[in-house]
Amino acid sequence: MNNTIKFKIDGKEIVAEKGKTVVEAAHDNGVYIPTLCNFPGVPPKGGCRMCTIKINGRFMTSCTTPAAAGMEIESNTPEINELRKSIIELLFVSGNHFCPACEKSGNCELQALAYRYQMMVPKFPYSFPVKEVDASSPKIIKDQNRCVLCQRCMKTIKTEDGERYFAFENRGNNLEVILDPELGKKMSDEIAKLAMDNCPVGSIIQKEVGFIEPIGTRKYDKVAIGTDV
Amino acid sequence: MKEKILEIISNYNKDKTRLMDILHDIQSIAGYVDAESIELLHKELGISASQVREVISFYHFYSSEPLGKVNIYLNDSVTAIMHGREAILETFEKECNVKEGSVSEDGQFGLFHTSCIGMNDQEPAAIINGKMFTRLTPYRVKEIVKDLKSGKDIKELIYEGDGGGRNALPGIHSMVCNNIRRRSALLTHDYTPFDVTKKVLANTSPEAIIDVVEASNIRGRGGAGFPTGMKWKFGRKAVGDHHVIICNADEGEPGTFKDRVILTEFPELVFEGMVIAGYAVGADIGLLYLRYEYKYLLNYLNGILADMRSKKLLGNGINKIEGFNFDIRIQLGAGAYICGEESALIESLEGKRGEPRDKPPFPVERGYLNYPTVVNNVETLALIPKIITKGSDWFLGLGNKASAGTKILSISGDCNYPGIYEVEWGTTIKDILDMSGSLDVQAIQVAGPSGALIGEKDFGRQISYTDLPTGGSMIVFGKERDILNDVVMNFLNFFIEESCGSCSTCRNMTSVLKERFTKILNGRGVKSDIDDLLNWSELLKVSRCGLGQTAANPITSSITNFRHLYENLIQKDVVFDTGFDLEESVKASCAAVGRQPILHNM
Repeated sequence: MNNTIKFKIDGKEIVAEKGKTVVEAAHDNGVYIPTLCNFPGVPPKGGCRMCTIKINGRFMTSCTTPAAAGMEIESNTPEINELRKSIIELLFVSGNHFCPACEKSGNCELQALAYRYQMMVPKFPYSFPVKEVDASSPKIIKDQNRCVLCQRCMKTIKTEDGERYFAFENRGNNLEVILDPELGKKMSDEIAKLAMDNCPVGSIIQKEVGFIEPIGTRKYDKVAIGTDV
Repeated sequence: MKEKILEIISNYNKDKTRLMDILHDIQSIAGYVDAESIELLHKELGISASQVREVISFYHFYSSEPLGKVNIYLNDSVTAIMHGREAILETFEKECNVKEGSVSEDGQFGLFHTSCIGMNDQEPAAIINGKMFTRLTPYRVKEIVKDLKSGKDIKELIYEGDGGGRNALPGIHSMVCNNIRRRSALLTHDYTPFDVTKKVLANTSPEAIIDVVEASNIRGRGGAGFPTGMKWKFGRKAVGDHHVIICNADEGEPGTFKDRVILTEFPELVFEGMVIAGYAVGADIGLLYLRYEYKYLLNYLNGILADMRSKKLLGNGINKIEGFNFDIRIQLGAGAYICGEESALIESLEGKRGEPRDKPPFPVERGYLNYPTVVNNVETLALIPKIITKGSDWFLGLGNKASAGTKILSISGDCNYPGIYEVEWGTTIKDILDMSGSLDVQAIQVAGPSGALIGEKDFGRQISYTDLPTGGSMIVFGKERDILNDVVMNFLNFFIEESCGSCSTCRNMTSVLKERFTKILNGRGVKSDIDDLLNWSELLKVSRCGLGQTAANPITSSITNFRHLYENLIQKDVVFDTGFDLEESVKASCAAVGRQPILHNM
């Protein structure tokens, strides 16, 4: 039985295993679709909308859409690239993202996406929200100024019993991802490092190691995000 | 207290998918969900305390902070404001000695705003300790507060008498009125409850039932308009250990209240519709998701279900049909507009935050607890027994070609006769305005804030799936209304308040639009601001669900149809203005240091 399917992204033929999502199939075939909230190994949630594509004229998120034979997908088009740039700008103005002072600079996916999509100054007005920094855990800092609410930490950082260290609080534009105070106190170094590494931005920072790797030698300091695809 | 909380948790078998009920029960005995209860839920349900708080903080009517002994939730829909909400609020604040959004110092009264509570035809209205109070006046407010202070029970505070029809039944005992102004296919009393279940199902195959529904061309009445027969067919075909029928009674679109009236006067139609759907789809689980605002109907509706069970119209072997096992449970919501979206509703039914799911998969493939699930609107299900009884041709004879049957409209605002109107699809807006006694109309909001604001040039258009689709909300605005300040701003705030926040565009874009819109209202707008509003609104179309995708509609449809209102406000001969007000921005610091700034060139 044939276990592969074929479809097209921007005219290019993609051969993919059945059951893969569009973004997985694209990346397997060397076609880059930008993602932010998506994380390998956990169910996608279509939260950031960065991976938006057009299938038969309809906007869909490629992290949540299963690849299907015969799909005609638009991705790297002026319309969709402009839209992705707008989403990045929107994320910048709705938080307080001050790259020069951030431990994650150079390793930050939001910053890297902004470079890749050539954001200069966001077209939207800055909102400068008043946000808190939670440093109550001995291991990590949870900085709400920088959180893009991608849910990666919520989905990947769990106790052995499956309880989540991180959870949503409130809703709408009051929404925040908070660290469970009790679990935060008992956090191990390994979990703290994993939480920092899985965070695409500088919202989760492991204490005392933020600048161990010098700026200038970090992941996106020399190559654009997506070049490994 | 600890024993009582543990008892509640064990009443639901420590099942975390029943968290909604558990929180309701805790709140009903403790007033709010305190830290100790959260800790117990953490231990007993195997989820972190933050995961419990995650759910509590999502829903408007749950609280992890102490509330008042008496809690007043005052509706802030646009119609409430048009009918004098401000005076009602002032009176409550004065009489209860409490500011909106807080609890009085003595802990006696909590006063909060809330999104549309489905009483637009009898505003201003408020929910006080779960009981509905409508047509409020400052006089009545004083009276109510005085009696509450004297220790009277909430049930004794209704002096208006019960509203008409079944609102007077002891199970409801409410002052809410039905205001049925026009009856057609659904609202006429030509129905013998459960006749279809008793006489038709035993000798008709599930496939044949679906055929009739499909032939009738009935489409979903909630707004999206998906063909009901097709949905049932998909549901029947989908493979799963269980199949589920959900009745969506989370009627939250501001301005709509028809499901409230159907559930009050015709619950048998709704429940029988669910039984028929269960038979057709092969479902064994039935769920009705009732919005919290309609809690006053809960006991009454549960009473009808109990009666159905005793008559073997629910349960195992319904009407002696072998293998037809189907029962219905009512799930009470807790205040979230987004839960009207079917996948968010399912998340809520599973005891989680009501965040929409990504589609595919659609609920018919994987819905409630991942079982194939058919979600239908109250009105859709209530039409089913009549379609089965009278046949698909009867139904096709009503309405127009694209849209078969009738639609129940909830009409409110500046009209002489607000209420429920059942009309055939194809009726024009002009006829709707005329029949409801709407004079000197400036605009009408068709299908609620997520629909369209239209003016006179469009009054010849028809309600139809191919012209003006609607879930039924119609709000009329007279000539004297300030469309931008009062209407569009109210709707914008509504979308900001009710966004779940889980996708980036809906969470952030509505606030950005509000900032720019406010700039125009403040007289600081320039022409490019109008263009920005239109262009930026496009970004919302990539949002995950219908709420996000339509959240800019108040802006875009008011610019499209009432552009002159915007143009009157923007500055002529000015091409750029930051909108920044230096004087206002330094006001607080000036006051603190007691100095006046010298502002140049302002």
